[in-house]
Amino acid sequence: MKNSLLAISLCALFVLVSPFQEGHAEEVYLEPDTFLAEVFGSSLPDPDVLWITKDRKSVTSRIMTHGKGPRRIRYWADATRTAWILEEIGKVRPITTGYVVKSGQIERVAVLIYRESRGWEVRHKFFTDQFVGATVDADYRLDRYIDGISGATLSVDALTRLGRLALYLTEEITAENK
Amino acid sequence: MKNNGSNVVLGAATIGLGLCVASSQVLAEPPTAEEMWDKIQELEMKVETTGEMIEESAGSGGHGHGGGDVLWGGYAEVHYNAGDRQQIDVHRWVLFTEYEFNDKLRVQGEFELEHALAGEGQPGEVELEQAFIEYNTSPSNAVFAGVVLVPVGMLNETHEPPTFFGVERDRVHSQIIPTTWWEAGVGSRGELSEGLGYDLFFHSGLNVDETAFTIRGGRQKVAEAVANRPAITGRLRYSGFPGLNLTVAAQYQDDITQGTAEPGTDRDFDTDATLLNFTADYRSGPVGLKAMYARWDLDEGTTGVGPASLGRDEQWGYFVEPSYRFAVPGAGGDGELGIFARYYAFDRTAGDQTGSKEDGFTVGFNYWIHPDVVLKADYDEITIENSTADDDRLNLGIGWQF
Repeated sequence: MKNSLLAISLCALFVLVSPFQEGHAEEVYLEPDTFLAEVFGSSLPDPDVLWITKDRKSVTSRIMTHGKGPRRIRYWADATRTAWILEEIGKVRPITTGYVVKSGQIERVAVLIYRESRGWEVRHKFFTDQFVGATVDADYRLDRYIDGISGATLSVDALTRLGRLALYLTEEITAENK
Repeated sequence: MKNNGSNVVLGAATIGLGLCVASSQVLAEPPTAEEMWDKIQELEMKVETTGEMIEESAGSGGHGHGGGDVLWGGYAEVHYNAGDRQQIDVHRWVLFTEYEFNDKLRVQGEFELEHALAGEGQPGEVELEQAFIEYNTSPSNAVFAGVVLVPVGMLNETHEPPTFFGVERDRVHSQIIPTTWWEAGVGSRGELSEGLGYDLFFHSGLNVDETAFTIRGGRQKVAEAVANRPAITGRLRYSGFPGLNLTVAAQYQDDITQGTAEPGTDRDFDTDATLLNFTADYRSGPVGLKAMYARWDLDEGTTGVGPASLGRDEQWGYFVEPSYRFAVPGAGGDGELGIFARYYAFDRTAGDQTGSKEDGFTVGFNYWIHPDVVLKADYDEITIENSTADDDRLNLGIGWQF
């Protein structure tokens, strides 16, 4: 019985694992350049930079629950849309995610590069579609709950915080351009 | 005549000085608009470069701390329990580490100190709960080998204080699963299709006391563990709908006495054991609902000495836990308050006809002052059939993870 258990287990592992398959933890689901091309088509605007000044940092730190984010954030904007490519650590590695904001709402979320060894379910459309149409209130909380995925809680939290951040930063650009 | 010569020199000097002043004024001409634009662009480029240099050296934060490829984190919890006796305790202090050799290969470890003080005659324990290598065979699949938490239950693998309701882990997990449970072996985990995942683990087995056949007592913790009889655990996970997670897990071990002979004979107990476990976790907005069922079936064994003689051939437990969360102020940011109730029941001697079920009702709250820091309070009402050992308790706790 012990040998049968071992044989069955190793066979199952072999079938499931496919050891000859090329594998790595970092997966590029969508190249950032491709994401931007999908958003803006052939009229890709030049990138601009938003500086996270002291006043803005107090808000971004509250949204992200830490103050370790970048002090300059690059964005692309045309007359109607603003696109952000943001990163936040899930458990141990950064998740690179694209956010598109139009008229103060999230129009699209796409996980571009996922580096964690768990929690990859957040890349699926059934999860990211929850963000479409989301706005923030005066406290920069989303106007809706983002239902999580058990086993991917930290990744879910990371993407949710980044969604709030993208909406806040877009508001700041709008205010700056007035 | 001499005065005329001095005047000429003075005049020449004056003219020379005037010419110098005039030429310096020409050199200090304000820049043109084009020159100003070039200067601004040059300054922007320098500022951009400086910013990039600062950010590269600053690194980033998150749950994984440390430098380079070494990451570390941990959690801890301090409890106050007031029932038949009152006690305050550093229940756990845990440190875990991860090191990445490259993009595919990493090692993880988890070191734990329980009850503050370990050693001869002390209440605590020092334990190594995890120590394994993991290799990604594809972006969403990995194989692993070493000491790993067994993939069963809801709390066995994820039990940092901010991740569950209640000061103490529920008794169905601790007595039936039995959390926290780790074994040594090889395995694989990953994604079969969108929203469907699996775990498969071939590992060292339990070694129960053949006079008691309690599952929790059979954990060897990979400490010079007897390895005559391995076990295999498999689990399917469904998370294809946001907020919903369902699992079904099963484990089989062909002799949980590890080849122990029955008293006075050369015949092994040969006690087969099977665990079946279902979990459901649903959260939609502020409303949450968790439920779990776990059941052990042990081979009855020889009359008078096997598990059935103690009623331990069947051991089961279940709980249901609704909850509700509110956004509230936190410590320096957003906070959250969650209230919950839990009904649980389990029976570790369900195989006999004697009423021995323990059930309980717990109500309480978690106050997350930060997503990673939680204050907890609950009241636990416990009832044990045919026993006077009921112990209603007020529990208070603080916990954190980083």
